[in-house]
Amino acid sequence: MGIVELQQVSRHFTKGRQTVEVLDNIDLTIEEGDFLALMGPSGSGKTTLLNLIGGLDQPTSGSVEVAGQQLVGLSSRKLAQWRSRNIGFIFQFYNLLPILSARRNVELPLLLTRLGGRQRKRNADVALTIVGLADRARHKPGELSGGQQQRVAIARAIVADPRILVCDEPTGDLDRETADEILDLLELLNREHGKTIIMVTHDPKAASHARHTLYLDKGNLVREAA
Amino acid sequence: MKSFPLIWSNLFRRRVRTFLTLFSIIAAFLLFGLLRSIAGAFEMGVNVAGVDRLMVSPKYSMVDGLPISHLAQIEAVEGVAGATHMTWFGGTYQNPTNFFPKFPVQPRVYFDLYSEYIIDPLQLDAFERIRTAAVAPADLAEEYGWQIGDRIPIEGDIWLRGDGSDLWEFELVGTYTVRDDESTFASFLFNYDYFDEARIPETQGIVSNFVVRVTDPDQAGEISARIDAQFENSINPTRTATEEESNRQFAAQVGDIGLIMNSILSAVFFTILLLTANTMTQALRERIPELAVLKTLGFTDRRVALLVLLESVLLCGLGGAVGIALSGFALQALGPELEGFLGQIEMTAATTLSGVGIALLLGVIVGLNPALSARRLQVVEALRK
Ligand SMILES: Nc1ncnc2c1ncn2[C@@H]1O[C@H](COP(=O)(O)OP(=O)(O)OP(=O)(O)O)[C@@H](O)[C@H]1O
Ligand SMILES: [Mg+2]
Repeated sequence: MGIVELQQVSRHFTKGRQTVEVLDNIDLTIEEGDFLALMGPSGSGKTTLLNLIGGLDQPTSGSVEVAGQQLVGLSSRKLAQWRSRNIGFIFQFYNLLPILSARRNVELPLLLTRLGGRQRKRNADVALTIVGLADRARHKPGELSGGQQQRVAIARAIVADPRILVCDEPTGDLDRETADEILDLLELLNREHGKTIIMVTHDPKAASHARHTLYLDKGNLVREAA
Repeated sequence: MKSFPLIWSNLFRRRVRTFLTLFSIIAAFLLFGLLRSIAGAFEMGVNVAGVDRLMVSPKYSMVDGLPISHLAQIEAVEGVAGATHMTWFGGTYQNPTNFFPKFPVQPRVYFDLYSEYIIDPLQLDAFERIRTAAVAPADLAEEYGWQIGDRIPIEGDIWLRGDGSDLWEFELVGTYTVRDDESTFASFLFNYDYFDEARIPETQGIVSNFVVRVTDPDQAGEISARIDAQFENSINPTRTATEEESNRQFAAQVGDIGLIMNSILSAVFFTILLLTANTMTQALRERIPELAVLKTLGFTDRRVALLVLLESVLLCGLGGAVGIALSGFALQALGPELEGFLGQIEMTAATTLSGVGIALLLGVIVGLNPALSARRLQVVEALRK
């Protein structure tokens, strides 16, 4: 049994009288330790699928079991608690809080744990060291480059040691070279730290860093060899 | 309180806006502290008045005055242990800002009735004996540097002298203190006999009030009814009340201080409410994506709502605390200036606590709506931008 088990998952959106069937009876198993790239045309439902796996959204029908937890029917409160323990999120536009230093940004998920102030600071520094930004702990996001901001975001995603990282176009806003550095970092987290990574991307080169690639088209999944 | 740095940084994200709002809140609470303390000074004069004393005033208007002949009739009423009269003198010492009440009184009876006033018996003898004698509260004498034996000129305004002059001169023969620091209007007292003889003959024999001590405070209601019944059909009907009520009536005639202050404060707080609410609403709008990110990270709806609410409470609480503290300092600085007029003015614990309470309440009211919006915020929608 995989760390992600989707069975007969559909997600429809209703706008007025029109219903858009974004995902249509999808079955998907992701093994623990996988690094999966998810590709597909714009509007094919990649983000929607990621949101379901990350416990941010509920399917119209079907079963979503992630990290041993059935997510369908969980209250918003239970889902939030589950996310804080199991999922690290990485976005295209980093989504750091501009008013907080890099360290305080990384520390945010730890505010939801029982850790004391010193331990939180220490863990945040460890995470910043892993992403190679230990010397920028006091900088605000505005004082960092895009690549550095994305590293801070990755540090924030791993600081609470979740099993799964969910990345929505993590290199979409970066140049080739910086993108490669970020992808190398993700590979490292996958290989050395055992994180299961699910990454949405439009970039075949980015996808080549993954172990597998899946294509999403017209609400259906197509598996291809990496 | 782990989230305090987060709340604090959020608060000062837009420094100019936050400081402007903060200054407005500070100003409002500075005003609150000052006005409440001044209103408190009025109420304090009211509270100390003994329940065993009644005040007989003209039924219809303070300015009418009452004939002194009422005194004998009042003394004869059953339940009356003693009575005397006082007359509001008005007048100015040197310049109009030197405000303190001045009353011509019957020296011995007056000090008998106001047993909380303490005076040296020899000085009281002198007060009674010397026609132009006057006594003053010790702190008033100190404030103006009066010594025993000084002649104190008062320019009359209500009461003019029969010799055509408006200058009254008194000789200070003693000072008195108030027991247990009970705050009352510190009054400058002088001999009624001298006053009555010297004033314009047509105005002689008129006094402002009578003060009555009752034998049994429990009977105060019946006794005051009996006094008023005495004069009901005379051309000078009376209204007898406790000193408290009577002072309050006096304040009401001057202008309802409490009402005026409360109206001002209500207007001020309403303005502050709108202003702060606007600040918080703007702050929330700018921050929607960030709140969505917090929820993504696993912050529950409630926690995010609480962050927003606490930010508003912090802003208002901070402004309230600083404003109240400033008004405390201001009162310490201004207190001596105002004291002659209003008696002791100080910032009471009640004023401080109610100020802080109002500040926190303001924070909750202002923060409630943004907090509920933050709570309802849907992550997926908000992140789609
Ligand atoms: N909350 C929503 N309400 C209505 N329609 C939605 C909602 N979320 C997604 N959709 C629709 O579902 C479809 C898939 O959206 P989604 O964001 O998952 O696509 P995507 O594959 O991530 O696209 P892109 O590559 O552009 O990010 C789109 O047509 C979108 O308009
Ligand atoms: Mg997308």
